[in-house]
Amino acid sequence: MPQRWADTSPRELIRRRYFPDLALVTHEGKRVRLYEDLIKDKIVILNFMYAHCRGVCSPVTANLVRVQRLLADRVGRDIFMCSFSLKPDEDNPAALREYAQRHAVGPGWTFLTGDAADLELLRRRLGFADPDPARDADRSNHTGMVRYGNEPLHLWAAFPGMSRADAIAKEILWVDWPARRDLQR
Amino acid sequence: MHITRYRQKKSLEIARRNRLEIVKARLSRREMLKYGLIGSSGFLVFKNGLSQWASGYAHASGGGGATGTSPPTRAFVEALPIMPIKQPVSTLSGPAPTIAPNTAGGEGRTRAHQAFTSYPSKFTFPVATKFEVHQRAASVVMSPDLPPQPVWGFDGRYPGPTYYARYGQQILVRNFDDLPPPAQNGGFGMPSTTTHLHNAHTPSESDGFPCDFQQPGQFYDHHYPNVLAGFGSTHAPTGDVNESLGTLWYHDHRVDFTAQNVYKGLTGFYILYNDLDTGNETTGFRLPGVPDPSGFYAPVKYDVPLMLADRVFDPSTGQLFFDLFNFDGILGDRFLVNGKIQPFFEVEPRRYRFRVLDSGPSRFYQLFLTDKGSNTQIPFWQIANDGNLLPQPIRVNNIIMGVAQRMEIIVDFRPFAGKTLYFENRLEQVDGRGPTGNTLPAGAGNLIMQFRVKSTGAADNSADPATMHFYKLPDKTAAPRVTRTFRFERTNGQWAINGRFMDADCASPRVRVKQNTVENWILQNNSGGWMHPVHIHFEEHQILSQSNAIDAVDVSRKDVHRLQHSQQVQLFFRFRDFQGRYPFHCHNVVHEDHAMMLRWDIDQTGDTNTTP
Repeated sequence: MPQRWADTSPRELIRRRYFPDLALVTHEGKRVRLYEDLIKDKIVILNFMYAHCRGVCSPVTANLVRVQRLLADRVGRDIFMCSFSLKPDEDNPAALREYAQRHAVGPGWTFLTGDAADLELLRRRLGFADPDPARDADRSNHTGMVRYGNEPLHLWAAFPGMSRADAIAKEILWVDWPARRDLQR
Repeated sequence: MHITRYRQKKSLEIARRNRLEIVKARLSRREMLKYGLIGSSGFLVFKNGLSQWASGYAHASGGGGATGTSPPTRAFVEALPIMPIKQPVSTLSGPAPTIAPNTAGGEGRTRAHQAFTSYPSKFTFPVATKFEVHQRAASVVMSPDLPPQPVWGFDGRYPGPTYYARYGQQILVRNFDDLPPPAQNGGFGMPSTTTHLHNAHTPSESDGFPCDFQQPGQFYDHHYPNVLAGFGSTHAPTGDVNESLGTLWYHDHRVDFTAQNVYKGLTGFYILYNDLDTGNETTGFRLPGVPDPSGFYAPVKYDVPLMLADRVFDPSTGQLFFDLFNFDGILGDRFLVNGKIQPFFEVEPRRYRFRVLDSGPSRFYQLFLTDKGSNTQIPFWQIANDGNLLPQPIRVNNIIMGVAQRMEIIVDFRPFAGKTLYFENRLEQVDGRGPTGNTLPAGAGNLIMQFRVKSTGAADNSADPATMHFYKLPDKTAAPRVTRTFRFERTNGQWAINGRFMDADCASPRVRVKQNTVENWILQNNSGGWMHPVHIHFEEHQILSQSNAIDAVDVSRKDVHRLQHSQQVQLFFRFRDFQGRYPFHCHNVVHEDHAMMLRWDIDQTGDTNTTP
């Protein structure tokens, strides 16, 4: 049974599977491409939220702000944070900008909105959907889990958004390879 | 049945919604095929969200092969591999072992070996019996229909070599991390590692604690005392023979990355013999087994470890595929035993002892022995649960397993000379949440492996299982110092235990147990439609009570409890002999990596927190 297997790199396979190159809009009104502008060649921290969320979004965002401060000037240089809207129809850039300001989010952290179908596709690709459709449909019940990863090195993992901020900061440095190996345990 | 139908309806609904979403996202059918979003049948390969690649469970098709996302593979074309037995060495590579961690010499261990100072008359240093193992990248063939697979394996093997050890003979395993840097991980896997010896009565610093990982280029000396629980407390100085362990396994336990590293191949068996369970069917319990004439470190014939695993392979590259963006649990559509997809095993018409392990990552099994004809539930003997011999064998026609569980069985092939039998997994499971609760009809499950029974074979000197008796269950009537409750919950898609999350640096214990005391732990599943195979390190437990009926085979010593929907179970523990930190976690390794875990310690004072 001779078969020719595609010789696709793991990095490229991951890009095709998980990172559709969608056009999105930032909280600063800038148009960006998901893979090319937000993920490629970066260490990233990814989660989903919406501006008028009364549940887990605010505490997770506040916790991630602590993480951002602990990572200091690395954020925006080689570590980037992305929060994708779960309700892109209500979250226009202005609403997201207001949310970011309200949480005192620093530079290097982008809030993203766009076409609802695009963000829904992305949410599913990145595994942020609940397998129970009834639960999944209830946006107030959305996941507080946060992905982190190093795109060029295909190291990907996750943490509960409400775990301790200094533990999260250390965790993110696990994928910071090969630099800062002294901090990796 | 009701639940199943509901689930199927829901799956169809999800598939429909997925399709609508893709249509909305304006992907053409050609693009969808290209991205592997739909199979050639036109059905979505994802059942529950686009990131879930595995098709749930694969139906056995006409030729016995399997269908699903993975490329087609033939069944029963390769023989079952038997893992080599790990050989001791007279000298180790690198510096001589030390009790304190040899950081300057390249060791990743951070704490001193405690047994030599706590019990100097029992454990002498240096340790006479030494092993050296190297974790490294390798290429293995899982099916002749797939390209060679890049794996990480102990000694470059998947599964790794099998350790044989004997009670009363301590060993030291020097474990080298020779894994390549992440850029060469083939798409998943974290090359810093910590190796856990599952179910062993191991001092904390050698247990493979999730945060005790070493870096590539380092080594880690594990001291395995091979000692019976109670040796330093209730049953000094030898320990309680009724606490004897049999089938253990070792696997990577790197915090956040365990699922990837285990999927990548970092697993193997560790088998403990003693004066009763001897590996020789003419002595002791007379369990099936004939030692090799070359000595102890060679496979015992008729005593066969079987490591079950399910995997997915990328349809375009044919390479192992790990779903990185999945929080729920990962199911494969290909079933491997000892590293081969659906192997065959030539057996003699006599009794065999099988040590069956569910190595995950997320699947539960219900295994039947079938001839695919009129005998679809051939009875056999279950002799052990979680690798521990039961008080006596129990006649069963299937075994149910969650991830990390080891069930031992004796199958008598004598009535089947010249015939062909199969293991069929009939437990329906469509996603990582756990089985649906439905046992599929005979023939509708997955054939895991094939047994080709020869017409003649060697003499069988093993005892009739109906006459066997093993160990008595240790006393579980002692009053607990504290009874603690652990609620397994799911809040906003995050796993919590008693409302709190695991911090990835494992910095502080949630529970402090006082050394040499008894505790009762109540586990409650409040997480909705999820099941969790919960594993507690170091000390085994017995079930005191549970909210549903207790299976006969669960009246035993255990290290994994399959926590079922809305179930509550009360467990008896006696924490003895060593001190230090250990984890307690869900062994669906995807749940584990997403923080369904907590750290508990044994120390000299303990706490009395009833809901930690």
